[in-house]
Amino acid sequence: MNYIVSIGLEVHVQLRTKSKMFCSCDTGYGAPPNTHVCPVCLGYPGAMPVMNKEAIRMTVLAGMMIGSEISTYSKFDRKSYFYPDMPKNYQITQYDKPFCDGGAVEIMVDGKPKTINVTRIHLEEDVGKNMHFRGSSGVDFNRAGIPLMEIVSEPDMSSPQEAYDYLTALKQIITYTDISNCNQEEGNMRCDVNCSIRPEGQTELGTKTELKNLNSFKAAFHALEYEIARQKEVLEAGGEIVQETRRWDPDTFETYSMRVKEKAHDYRYFPEPDLMPVVLDMELVEEWRSGLPELPEVRKARIITQYGLPEYDAGVLVSEKALADYFEGAAELSKNPKAISNWVMTEVLRFLSEKEIEITELKVMPKALSELVSLVDDKTINMTTAKEVFAIMCEKGGEPAGIVKEQGLAQVSDDGVIDAFVKQAMAENPKSVEDYKGGNKAAVQFLVGQVMRMSKGKANPQMVVGLLMDLMKG
Amino acid sequence: MVDEVDQDGIERIDVRYVANLARLYLDDSEVDTFQGQMEGIVEYVKQIGELDLSEIEPTSHARPIQNILREDVVSPGLDHELVMDNAPREKDGQFAVPQIIE
Repeated sequence: MNYIVSIGLEVHVQLRTKSKMFCSCDTGYGAPPNTHVCPVCLGYPGAMPVMNKEAIRMTVLAGMMIGSEISTYSKFDRKSYFYPDMPKNYQITQYDKPFCDGGAVEIMVDGKPKTINVTRIHLEEDVGKNMHFRGSSGVDFNRAGIPLMEIVSEPDMSSPQEAYDYLTALKQIITYTDISNCNQEEGNMRCDVNCSIRPEGQTELGTKTELKNLNSFKAAFHALEYEIARQKEVLEAGGEIVQETRRWDPDTFETYSMRVKEKAHDYRYFPEPDLMPVVLDMELVEEWRSGLPELPEVRKARIITQYGLPEYDAGVLVSEKALADYFEGAAELSKNPKAISNWVMTEVLRFLSEKEIEITELKVMPKALSELVSLVDDKTINMTTAKEVFAIMCEKGGEPAGIVKEQGLAQVSDDGVIDAFVKQAMAENPKSVEDYKGGNKAAVQFLVGQVMRMSKGKANPQMVVGLLMDLMKG
Repeated sequence: MVDEVDQDGIERIDVRYVANLARLYLDDSEVDTFQGQMEGIVEYVKQIGELDLSEIEPTSHARPIQNILREDVVSPGLDHELVMDNAPREKDGQFAVPQIIE
C-alpha cells in the first residue's frame, strides 16, 4: 500500500541577544556550569522577570522575513510541567497571542517551488541543560532563560528530504537576518518533529508521533526516515499508531517511546501575571522593517548584474550570508569577480568542508584572495603556484605577495631560463619530440610537464608551450 | 479538570487528577475535603456567568500597563559558590538531582 507522509516541524532558535530573555545574565556559550545565573533564571521566589526588547525585535524581524502578520497585541503565558530543566516548574512562553502569525517558507522539490506554511512564531525562554552521570543527573542553568524563538510549521512536508530542505531554508533566512548564529553544535537551532502517515486516498491525517532530541538537520532527516518506516510497519501488521513522544537515539539510529503525550490542557497555560502585555506600535514595527537585510533572492539578482556572474555562481554564493559577504568582500577589490567566484566555489568551499569549519573561521581574508587572483592575472604566478599559496594561507593566514616572495614562488617568465629548460626537455625526450613531429600533438603536454618539473612549477606555462611549438616546428 | 457531570447536572472535579498534576499526594479523606472546597470555589466563580459579558474583552491582566521592557545589556549574576549553596547536592559545578529516567 502507498502512504502519504505529513511532517510538521517545531524549530527552536536561540536568539543572539547579549543578555537573557527575562534577566540580564550573559547568554555566552561554553561558560562553566551555573555561572551565568541569577535569582530570575534560577526561579527564586519573588524574583521578577523583565522582557528583553531586543529579543522581541529579533522575533518580529524573523516574522517579517517569512511574511507573518505581526501582532499588535502579544502576551506571555505560563506552561506548567515538572522536569529538572525548569526551576520554576513552569516555562514562560506564548500560548494564544504570539508575536507572529502565519507566514511561509519556500523550498524546491524536483526543481519546482513548494510552499511550506508557517503557523506562528512565538518567543519563550530556553530551559536548563541536563547532564547524566552514573546514578544521578546534573543541571546547568546557564542556558535557562536564553531567548528561544519557536517557529511552528503546518504539516506540509511530505518527505524527510523536504523537512531537511525546509530547515536549511529557515537557517538561510535566519542567518541573513543576523538574529541567531544557528550553530547546530552549540544547540542554537534544534527541532521537534511531528510525523504521521495515512493510506493514499484518505483525506484525514493519521495519528502523529512527536520526535524529540533532534539537534541537527541530519538527525531530523534520519529520525524521520526511521519513523516513517516504523509507522508503515505497524500499520501493515494491522496495528495502530499511538500518539506519543519518541526520542531519537543518534547512536542506534532508532526512535523509542518516551511517554504518552500529555494533552495540551495538562500544561495549564495561563497568562503570566508577572509580565505585562506587549502592544507593538506600528511605527516602531515599520522602523524595524526598514532594517531588514537584503533577502537571499534579491541579493542573488544583484550579484548577477553587479559582478556579471552566471546564475549558478550567484546561487551558490548567496546560499549563506557569510559566504556571500566573503565573496563580495573579495570581489569589490578585484578586477576579476568571476575568478573570485571560481576560487570561492571550488578551493574555499572544499577547504571548509574538509576541515568542517565555517567561512568566518577561514584564515584567508577576502582581501588576500583578491590579491591572489591579481597575482595570477598579471602572471606573477601560475595557477598551480596560486593553489600552493592558497594552501599556505589556509594554514597560516598572511598575504599572498609576501608568501610568493618569501618562498621564491614567482613565475619564471625569463626567456633565457625557459629556453634552457625547454631545450633540455627536448634533448632528454627525443621520442616525444618525434611523436609530436609525427602528428601526435598531445606529446607536447608531456614535454610541458617535464619543463614544469624542472622549474619546480614556476615556469610560465603559456611561454613554455609557445617555445616548444616553435622549436619543434622545423 | 472539570471532566464529568453527575445526574443533578453538577460538574464534578477530578481532584485526584488535579493533585497528580501538581505532584500532591492526597489520602481519601483529603480528596473528600478538597472535593467540597474546590467545587465551592467553582460555584462561586460561576456567578460571573449570570452577567452579560458579551461586550467585554477577556482580561489577562488586572492593570492596564503595557510594554515593560529592558534594553539588552548584560550584568553579572550571582557568584557560583552562592548559587551552589542552594543545591541539595553538587556534581561538577552542577545541581545534582536523582537520575532522570525517560
